[in-house]
Parts: sequence; C-alpha cells; structure tokens
Amino acid sequence: METVETAKLVYSRPESLTDATMHYCPGCTHGVAHRLIAEVMDEMGIRERTIGVAPVGCSVFAYYYLDCDFVEAAHGRAPAMATGLKRVLPDRFVFTYQGDGDLASIGMAEIMHAAGRGENITVISTNTAQYGMTGGQMAPTTLPGQKTTSSPSGRDVELMGYPLRMAEVLSNMEGSGYVVRRSLHNAANIRKAKKAIRMAFEVQKRGLGFAMVELLSTCPTNWGMSAVESLKWVEENMIPVYPLGDYKVTSALDGIRV
Amino acid sequence: MARELLKGNEAMAEAAIRAGLEAYFGYPITPQTELLEWMSKRMPELGRPFLQAESEVAAINMVYGAACTGKRVMSSSSSPGVSLMMEGLSYIAGTELPAVLINVMRGGPGLGNIAPSQGDYNQMVRGGGHGDYHAIVLAPASVQEAIDLVVLAFDLAEKYRSLTFVIADGNIGQMMEPAELPPMRPLKRTVPEWAVQGAIGRERRVLSSIYIEPEDEEVVNIRLLERWREIEANEVRFKEYFLEDAEIIVIGYGTAGRVAFSAVRTAREQGIPVGLLRPITVNPFPSGRIAELIPQARAFLVVEMSTGQMLEDVQRAVEGRVPVEFYGRLGGVVPYPDEILNEIIRVAEEPIELGVDPLDGWLKRLKAITN
Ligand SMILES: Cc1ncc(C[n+]2csc(CCOP(=O)(O)OP(=O)(O)O)c2C)c(N)n1
Repeated sequence: METVETAKLVYSRPESLTDATMHYCPGCTHGVAHRLIAEVMDEMGIRERTIGVAPVGCSVFAYYYLDCDFVEAAHGRAPAMATGLKRVLPDRFVFTYQGDGDLASIGMAEIMHAAGRGENITVISTNTAQYGMTGGQMAPTTLPGQKTTSSPSGRDVELMGYPLRMAEVLSNMEGSGYVVRRSLHNAANIRKAKKAIRMAFEVQKRGLGFAMVELLSTCPTNWGMSAVESLKWVEENMIPVYPLGDYKVTSALDGIRV
Repeated sequence: MARELLKGNEAMAEAAIRAGLEAYFGYPITPQTELLEWMSKRMPELGRPFLQAESEVAAINMVYGAACTGKRVMSSSSSPGVSLMMEGLSYIAGTELPAVLINVMRGGPGLGNIAPSQGDYNQMVRGGGHGDYHAIVLAPASVQEAIDLVVLAFDLAEKYRSLTFVIADGNIGQMMEPAELPPMRPLKRTVPEWAVQGAIGRERRVLSSIYIEPEDEEVVNIRLLERWREIEANEVRFKEYFLEDAEIIVIGYGTAGRVAFSAVRTAREQGIPVGLLRPITVNPFPSGRIAELIPQARAFLVVEMSTGQMLEDVQRAVEGRVPVEFYGRLGGVVPYPDEILNEIIRVAEEPIELGVDPLDGWLKRLKAITN
C-alpha cells in the first residue's frame, strides 16, 4: 500500500539545547532566550566551538540546557572571564549570559571595559527590572516607582537613582560593534530577538568587536503576576523606559542579512 | 645561561615566560609594577596574550577564564590589589584550577605604603578568600630563588590543580642581584582532560565552583583537603644553615630570613650556637622539621616583617615544649642584621621562661626604638 506523507516536522528542539527539564518559573523568558541561542548555534554550526559563560542569577545553570562547553563566573565577572577565554582561544566563540543585576550593577566595571576594549565576545543580557534569583530586590534597571522587595514603596528616584539603560550606555563605546535591545514579550519580537542574537554571533565571527543583545524579559514570580500579565507588563511598562532598537551597528555589518 | 644583574620583578616575569606562561593579566601597583611592564613588552613579542585589566578584580577573573582552558596563566600584584583578587581566587580554588599569583607585599593595612612587608602572610597562607581551601605559598629570599620558585610554582599548580602563590616583598621585587634565568621552555602541547576549549567531538564540559547540594559540596571539600594533605606530605621545602649543633634556632622566611642569615653568621663568629631554618614553602609549613629540632633547641626565635603571623605556625609546631621568642618590624620597616643579632644574644644570655607570650616583651622592646 502506498503511504502518503501528511505531517511535516516544522518545529523541534534545537540540537544545541539539551532535553533537561528547565528549572525556571512558569512564564519566565530565560527558557526562550536559551532556545534562541541554541537555534543560532545550530544555524551557524558553531556548537562545538562555542564556550558559554554563565552568570550568578537565575540562569546560573544555563549549562544544564545549552549543549556546549561552559564555565561559571562570579557575580558580574562574566565579561572578564570571557575576556580571559577569548584571549587565549581567539578562534572560539565565547558568549556571556547575564541578568541585569549581574551586568548593570555588580558587573558594571567588567562590562564597560569589555566593550571599551572592543572585546570580541557576545553578551546576551536579560533585563527583568529587578533581581530574580534573590527574590525580587531593586536593580539598577528597576523602573521609577516600581515596587520591589527592597523598594517596598516604589523606586524613589530622588533616593535610589534612575534606571540604567545599558544598551544606550554600551553603544557609546568605540569598541562596540553591535548593541541592540529586543524584547521577548510576543512571537514577533522573539523572532527579532533571534535575528539580533544571530547578528551578535556574526559580529564575533567576523572579529568586529563587542556585541550585546539586551532582552526585555519577564519575571512573573517576583512581579506577582501571571505569565500573560507579565508579558503585557513588559510591553506597557518596560518598553517606554527601555525603547527597543539598534543602538550601535557597525557599518562593517552593512549588507549582512541573517 | 650566564648570570646577569637582574631586578627581582623583571626576573620573576621573565622566569614565568620561560616556564611557558601562555597568558598574563594584571594591573599596575607598586612595588610590583615592573613585572607587569616586563610582561607588556615580552608577551606580545612572543605572540602570547598580555592584557592590562581595568582592576585586580577583572585581572583575576580573566586569569580564571583563561585557566579554564588548561593554559599556563598568571597574574601579579601587591597587597591592596591581592585583597581585591580574593573573590576570584576563591572561585579558582573552588573550580580546582591551576593558577599562579605573585604578591610583591607592601606595608599595610589599608593603602599603607610601598615598602617591603610580610603583613599578608595570614591572607596568603590561611585563605583570604571565602570557603575551605588551601594554596601553595612559596617565599623567595633572593632574586635567584624568586626565579626558581616562579618556575616551580607553575609545575606545582598544574600537578595539584592548585592555586600557587609566590610571596615576595618589595625588597625582592625591587632589588638587583646577579642571577641566572632558566632556558626557554617550549609551550605545553597537551590539553588537560578537564579543560574547556569547546566540545569538539566530545561531550560538553562544564567548569564551575557551584555545588548546590551540600552533600556534593562536601565531597568537593573532602577532595580539596585530601589533595592538600598530599601536598603537605610531599612538597614541604626549606633551607637550613648551621643547624647541626644549634641550640638557638632562628626561623624567618623571605627578606626577614635573609637578614636573619647575616645575623646568624655573625653570631656564629662570636661563638653563639645558633642556626637558621628558612621556610621556602610557608604553606605547607615545615612543622615536621621544626618538631625534629625541638630536642636540641634551647629556644626558637621567629623573625618576621609582621606582627607575628608565622609565629603562630611555629608555636603550633613547637607545642610549648621550648620557649619561642619573637622579633618583628612592621609597616614596611626592614630589620637590620644588628637588631636580629641583639635578639640572638639576648636569647642566648637571658633565661627565657616557658609559657610567656613572646609578643609582650617584644612590643616593649620595639616601642623603645620606634617613633
Ligand atoms: C558577590 C555576590 N553578591 C551577591 C550575590 C547574591 N546574588 C545572587 S543572584 C543575584 C542577583 C541576580 O539578579 P540578575 O543578575 O538580575 O539575574 P536574574 O536572577 O534576575 O536572572 C544576587 C544579588 C552573589 N551571589 N554574589
């Protein structure tokens, strides 16, 4: 009897993603970001030549899920550790994965100087406007007025300062080749985020300097919201403070399509 | 190779290069800076990575990253900079990676000064960073010994996957002496089986210091301790002078040990039965050798450029069986041989009581001669 093909596989687990069950809370977008990195590693065929640097934060165990060599940095020091790796293994792909507390607070010096040196690494950073792992304290990215467990009456900018916009800050560095902000709050934006991550690895492949993709991300548990509400919160509250866009794209990338 | 007139910091840098150093990360600080400057010139000449980091925090984390690849890597600094490195050092220890750090110690605490000191003994020997770990600590007393110990440091670090510190002081770093550099070793070709270099044709590897289950972390702590006990059993090093018939035994390391040597030699000429034990490894500490010397000893005299940090290790080895006296200069002051000679004569002539805190008398005598 003749068989007729009725189903076509259009979506599956990327090879670079392990089949481990993720420990992230329901509705958290770390898993989405991980998957995008895995897809990019697959597409570029670089899994075996990539070394990830995991942060201190909820994604400390990123290496449970991403199937490439990994090291685990001290809080905020991932860019320094990545620098050490990249300097001795210049033909490998080295990326860091960092939360906003890790990157914009304790690791501010390391990220600024990695960008300033034009360190040829890729940084994927998630912005959830607070500290995830330690239970929702105020971060440098916390929005004005936003209540957190360490700003219970809301972030008073007079006392606690203003949000730090890392994509904007890092885009001012001459060493930056590619610095953009994307969001993970819906499918269309996730697709754009994926392209940006791909581009950030293409920058490294071509030796075009420092690359960072900031990803507006959710933290439903600490925000005290449902998954759907938190996606909406990103769109309505975070994007106005953290506009999406390309902040630095080196002209050397002209004509490169991904 | 011929003997040349070499400055300590530069000699240590070149020794590391010849020992097969594959990457250097550091930050300027006196009295260590010439080491970094030498690296900045020589490493690029040889096509090896050199990077001046934005801070010692970054420098040690760059070392951490590079050490994960199994390459020979190091940093160097001086006391305040080493304080900043403690976080990274603890992570390196927790990840069981080899790495070498040279600390050219200066007067402290705080910003202190740039003069030679041994005030970082506790920080280097007893930990400094958080958690249960040990580092091998080597203490040179001359430029030649600094060269030799830097080379040894890499071999020990790799043999035991351990942090290895070379503690020099500003004196050793800044001094010029005739010394001989080793021949240039070829760079290592083998990649250790634990190294992370990309999962080409193999399962992925992870290097981390996190063990979220206490029971797993306990196993790591046991492994670290067992490795340390192996180091204690095999790697104790020291030098002895005039000890055969010595009744007074001076103990000092690094510059203090070297100054003490002059004093001991003079005292011998005066007929005093005195000898010197100079620890080369202050960690592991030569406690066993000290214990062996107890039966012949009337008294021990510990000489340090600190408030008696190594003194505690000597006291532990001597177990109160004979008096342990102490002489130290502080804050970047280096003792003169005459000061130590006077101490040797005092210990030889005065009856020393057992069970008296040596710091009491020493402080009184010191205050009589200080500002
Ligand atoms: C030196 C140091 N300080 C503080 C901490 C505690 N700590 C762990 S994770 C974290 C914040 C993580 O927040 P973020 O970087 O935004 O990542 P997320 O967990 O939200 O993904 C803090 C403060 C630590 N591990 N080390």
